[in-house]
Amino acid sequence: MEQGRATMLAPACSRLLAKFRLKPARNLECRSWASAAQAGLAHSKTWPRYKDVYKGRIMLQRLTRRVSGTTVSMWLIGLVILAVVAYGTYKTLALGKYSLANWTDLIIYGVAQGSVYALIALGYTLVYGILRMINFAHSEVFMSGPFIGYFVATSLDQAGFLDRQPVIGLAIVLLVAMLTSLTIAVLLERIAYRPLRRAPRLVPLITAIGASFFLQYTFRGLFGSGIKGYPEIEQLKGTWPLAGGVNILKTQVVVIVAAVIMLAGLYYFVQRTKTGKAMQAVSEDKDIAALMGIDVDHIIVVTFAVGGALAGAAGVLYVLLFRQVHFFMGFIPGIKAFTAAVLGGIGNVVGAMLGGLVLGIAESLFPNLVLDGLGIPAPYQLKDALAFILLVLILIFRPTGILGERLAAKKA
Amino acid sequence: MALLEVKDIHTYYGAIHALKGISIHVDEGEIVTLIGANGAGKSTTLNTICGILHPGEGTITLDGQPIHELPAHEIVMRGVSQAPEGRRVFGRLTVIENLEMGAYARSDKAGIARDMERVFALFPRLKERAKQVAGTLSGGEQQMLSIGRALMANPRLLLLDEPSMGLSPILVEAIFDTIRQINSQGTTVLLVEQNALMALSIASRGYVLQTGEIVLHDTAAALQENEMVRKAYLGIE
Repeated sequence: MEQGRATMLAPACSRLLAKFRLKPARNLECRSWASAAQAGLAHSKTWPRYKDVYKGRIMLQRLTRRVSGTTVSMWLIGLVILAVVAYGTYKTLALGKYSLANWTDLIIYGVAQGSVYALIALGYTLVYGILRMINFAHSEVFMSGPFIGYFVATSLDQAGFLDRQPVIGLAIVLLVAMLTSLTIAVLLERIAYRPLRRAPRLVPLITAIGASFFLQYTFRGLFGSGIKGYPEIEQLKGTWPLAGGVNILKTQVVVIVAAVIMLAGLYYFVQRTKTGKAMQAVSEDKDIAALMGIDVDHIIVVTFAVGGALAGAAGVLYVLLFRQVHFFMGFIPGIKAFTAAVLGGIGNVVGAMLGGLVLGIAESLFPNLVLDGLGIPAPYQLKDALAFILLVLILIFRPTGILGERLAAKKA
Repeated sequence: MALLEVKDIHTYYGAIHALKGISIHVDEGEIVTLIGANGAGKSTTLNTICGILHPGEGTITLDGQPIHELPAHEIVMRGVSQAPEGRRVFGRLTVIENLEMGAYARSDKAGIARDMERVFALFPRLKERAKQVAGTLSGGEQQMLSIGRALMANPRLLLLDEPSMGLSPILVEAIFDTIRQINSQGTTVLLVEQNALMALSIASRGYVLQTGEIVLHDTAAALQENEMVRKAYLGIE
């Protein structure tokens, strides 16, 4: 019986083998399914060519499945951009229009600007880390500090105090600005975001945009829409000589030093202190953090307060560089700091610092380095456009940012 | 008086009526277990006790003090801590930092150091990995860390949610041995388990939950002999 079925099945076996492009071996006698399969296997071993062709086809299929047309074209666009950047850089350097001192100037300016971005970016990234929302009103938190600080600064200046005691005067302005921004950030959380804690994610996002407009136009309504010039500190005028005949603006030195101190302080706070670790715990898992005895609401308030204070400080440093305030001043730095936070990997503290610096330097260097060589007139006018091109490119090629984790994947 | 007294609690997830009048009590020094199938409401009961969820009706008292309206972080300070289902250690913090988080609500440095030593004595493995980031630990090590972290609050009542989940039989034995050891050191344990056999072997009493209701309550020994429990949860015909 068994024998009979096996002979009956033999033609079917060979048809099957043919289907898989495996020719039956010459003296093949199918006695059973097992032996047929074995013979087929043995055969495929003796005819490696078929196997290789088959393998090759599978590999090609896998490759095409993974690498779609869009991906290929994206990478082509990426390559073109890289080529343009390289060409522009080469041309600029070949033209030799700028000296080494010029480049150093640009880089230092970029670092100063970038460290301000980094301070603001931390506010976005800390809040995102904990609430998974982008606080778009953060640019107004940034604006409010130096805006209120302006009134203190002018009265100190009129009293002559700013010239007599520039360090103490600046410290007072800084303190006022930080406290103002801190208060506004905490109020925002309390009034605008906390009631929406359990709402869908789009709701607090739209609220944030609304809060941003509310703050802008409140400041406009209260203090007018004009540009207010900050008083200049006599001792911070001019430059200090740096090695190699390069001069560095005193304000830039102050900005960079102050920012580095604050960035280091924040890093220490988040990584080493009990509250900082609790912030990390809350950002990972709010329910479990509460089970540890952590008051989650309190930690969220602390997060907004820290982000706000840093934004206020960033505002004062920004004003040291540009010496003016107005109600709309937060928009561009705010959105650039957001870019910096995304660039570094949103939710990542070190990423925000790094992203800020990279963006600041890129923005100050690239117009002259790349665009000039391409023969574009007045390249410096394009620096804002450049920053946002960078944002688009990050979102396309590395959505997680430089140091970012796959938050989306993890939360899914 | 019972250490923990849960009286007729009803818990809702939105419109879903998850707990339909659960009443349990846990006496000082006991190991009590809640057994039941998936979705019976075991974890919901624990989460309602520790304040992640709040009961719509009913009361929960600890030493006669009502705790069911307190937020989770205040219940920890009263002496109830939980090793949650699925371990949920803080993956980006180190083992030590996770344990420190467990003691977040405390400020007695000497006591915290003593409890850290106690945890390391119970789980020597954690001491070896002290500086390692918790996300890189194995499942068993994460379970040890989760229990250790809950012990760092120096709780009077330890809530354990499925400590055997996803562990090899040898590790399950080890974890249950440790639970017994923790209990003998004076911590009361309320244990939720799907592994009813193991749970009943170390518990003094047990409750059987079915779709949000308690259908049986008896001593562990009696439950092990109970016809229904044997069929439904122990897999013994």
